[in-house]
Amino acid sequence: MAENSLSFKGTKAQEEELMAVIAKNKDLPGALLPVLHEAQEIYGYLPIEVQQMVADGLGISLSEVFGVATFYSRFSLNPKGKHQISICLGTACYVKGSDKILEKVEEKLGIKSGECTPDGLFSIDSCRCVGACGLAPVMMIGEEVYGKLTPKEVGAILDKYINEEGGKQ
Amino acid sequence: METVNLKINNIPVEVPKGYTILQAAKAANIEIPTLCYLKDINCIGACRVCMVEAKDKNDRPMRGLLAACVYPVEEGMQVFTNTPAVIKSRKTTIELLLSTHQKKCLSCVRSNNCELQKLALEYGCDEDRFTSEDAIYEIDEQSPYIVRNNNKCVNCMRCVAACKNVQTVSVIGAIRRGYQVHVGSPFDKSLNDSPCVGCGQCIVSCPVGALTEKSDEDRVWDAINDPEKVVMFFTAPSIKATLGESFDLPIGTNVEGKMPAAIRRLGEGVKAYNMDFTADLTIMEEANELIQRITTGGTLPMFTSCCPGWVKFVEHYYPDFIPNLSTCKSPQAMFGAVLKGYYAQKTGIDPNKMFVVSVIPCTAKKFECTRPQLRSGDGDYDDVDVALTTRELARMIKRAHIDFADLQDEDYDLPFDKASGGGVIFGATGGVLEAALRTAARTLDGDFKKIDFEEVRGPEAIREVTYEVAGIPVKVAVTSGLGNARKILEKIKKGEADYQMVEIMACPGGCINGGGQPLQSDSVRNYVDYKALRSKALYDQDKTSAFRCSDESPVCKMVYDEFFEAPGKEKAHKYLHTSYVERGNKMN
Repeated sequence: MAENSLSFKGTKAQEEELMAVIAKNKDLPGALLPVLHEAQEIYGYLPIEVQQMVADGLGISLSEVFGVATFYSRFSLNPKGKHQISICLGTACYVKGSDKILEKVEEKLGIKSGECTPDGLFSIDSCRCVGACGLAPVMMIGEEVYGKLTPKEVGAILDKYINEEGGKQ
Repeated sequence: METVNLKINNIPVEVPKGYTILQAAKAANIEIPTLCYLKDINCIGACRVCMVEAKDKNDRPMRGLLAACVYPVEEGMQVFTNTPAVIKSRKTTIELLLSTHQKKCLSCVRSNNCELQKLALEYGCDEDRFTSEDAIYEIDEQSPYIVRNNNKCVNCMRCVAACKNVQTVSVIGAIRRGYQVHVGSPFDKSLNDSPCVGCGQCIVSCPVGALTEKSDEDRVWDAINDPEKVVMFFTAPSIKATLGESFDLPIGTNVEGKMPAAIRRLGEGVKAYNMDFTADLTIMEEANELIQRITTGGTLPMFTSCCPGWVKFVEHYYPDFIPNLSTCKSPQAMFGAVLKGYYAQKTGIDPNKMFVVSVIPCTAKKFECTRPQLRSGDGDYDDVDVALTTRELARMIKRAHIDFADLQDEDYDLPFDKASGGGVIFGATGGVLEAALRTAARTLDGDFKKIDFEEVRGPEAIREVTYEVAGIPVKVAVTSGLGNARKILEKIKKGEADYQMVEIMACPGGCINGGGQPLQSDSVRNYVDYKALRSKALYDQDKTSAFRCSDESPVCKMVYDEFFEAPGKEKAHKYLHTSYVERGNKMN
């Protein structure tokens, strides 16, 4: 499994928030799942540092925490980028070739689905049906929807975001 | 006791309420095949091999097939274990398992001793009925003791249960879900990056070839074939009680005479020494250390330190207790120091040319060999070059085509041949403490007559006894299995126990059930008390030993007279004692 390439940048405030969540849930049966949910809310993802804090706080092994964190697709081991790319792999988009779109995005950014670029700018995820089947294949970047895409158009769309960022610097 | 009446394959049985179908069937002498089930360790009903058909008390078919290992019996129930539907289900389940299994059976160390292979044969499975993606998992062989090949794993979770439920170490777990599920350490790191203690209970729990020891056989063969090297084997106390199993002898057969005979036949000039001697030597030092600690106000309780899995457990998880660990090296490490220290000087053999091989019941001993704290000489060599598990020695004997079962008994090589009964019982839980008590009691009170400290033996998880020796009450405790060890440590931490000495072995039952011992399949582990049979071989030998206390050992007397002077003296300390390090309990 690909590990995130970004170093952990948790703050003291985040840690205190997590400790409060652990203290609140500690003695409840099945505390791990709600604690992981809130931990992801706090940090945006579940890196090893956060999972270790959860394990220590609940008095269970890191193996157990990691097992649960990787069982549910809702949990992410990688941080999300500033621009979250979501490519629909639902039936309609898939038959219209959205797998090729995903491939192209992965190739262009040099990361796989579920990962985040080292500069923290983009993360890629796949999703199941955004409810815009008429526009298949569909890609979302943040709240922006790009429909009836072809792999050829992908490069230019991503460049727009990259250039925007460059302009600011 | 409340009982339940039911029929299994039309045979009426009456069993205690709460029994599973599997247990009830066994009571009717019907065995139901299992794969993920391991008595007292893993009971999760996951693999679906033990499925049976059943009717309820009103003769109505029960819905679907039932997992016998977890389904409790019901009054008036009728169970059918071999119907066409059952057979078809089991066959398909096994074929599905085979579809993702790396079928390199010809070269697998578990060939002929593989539970999946046995099931596939029994049910006439076609290993190619279902095809799947190719094997994709990287083999983890970074640790010095355990190799994991997940391409052969059947996800039964027996290793995970042994690590978590029995040892409470929990450095492996199930990762991901569905087709991607696999067993590994957190964040898919190597076992070597985890606070694993190396006990190997995962290996002896594995039904297939997914877990094996890191083999050192080739290094030993190379040394045997190197005319420059003097190859010296010594065998740990428990090996004599288990090695025979690898050659189809009944569990509990004592092969102490065949063992040195076989080792000598591995190559010209190969020596076969008796490690029970350094068990005696350990007792000489440890009994002295205990008396010192008691009389001079040292740290108590003193913990035994012969078990490398236990020592590593303390270093990782309970570093505050490091001062409680006896500073005595383990018998393996002492033997290395005796050979490359004392014996090299006595005989003039260059320690660089000695190739010292211990045969041990243990995977953690492979790690122990590499501890820098155990180097007693100034040269660039470990005192023990290689630690071989019982299984590895058996494989070497097989490769050399030695007819083990028919070998005539031979003695160990001089001068490290004789040992006391106390040295022999080191291999079973309670043995080290009993041997220490024998010698400590005689040292403190010359008239002390008790030899058999039966209270510290036996099957209870934790044994606590107080003995009166020379007017001093000596409070001791014994346990095995790291889950039990944790209970004792927590008790001491809370100030609820005031023992003087505690013996702890990482593996349940002690070395006779070590992670390097011959593998027994689920059909043995679930129904036979193999630990008791193996222990009995050691206690029987103790009873008939020429001498039973370590302090009577002529070999110990020789090494003290010629070299170490006396227990606890400066030279003894340099060669026979060691130190420990704090390791941290997190992933690297």
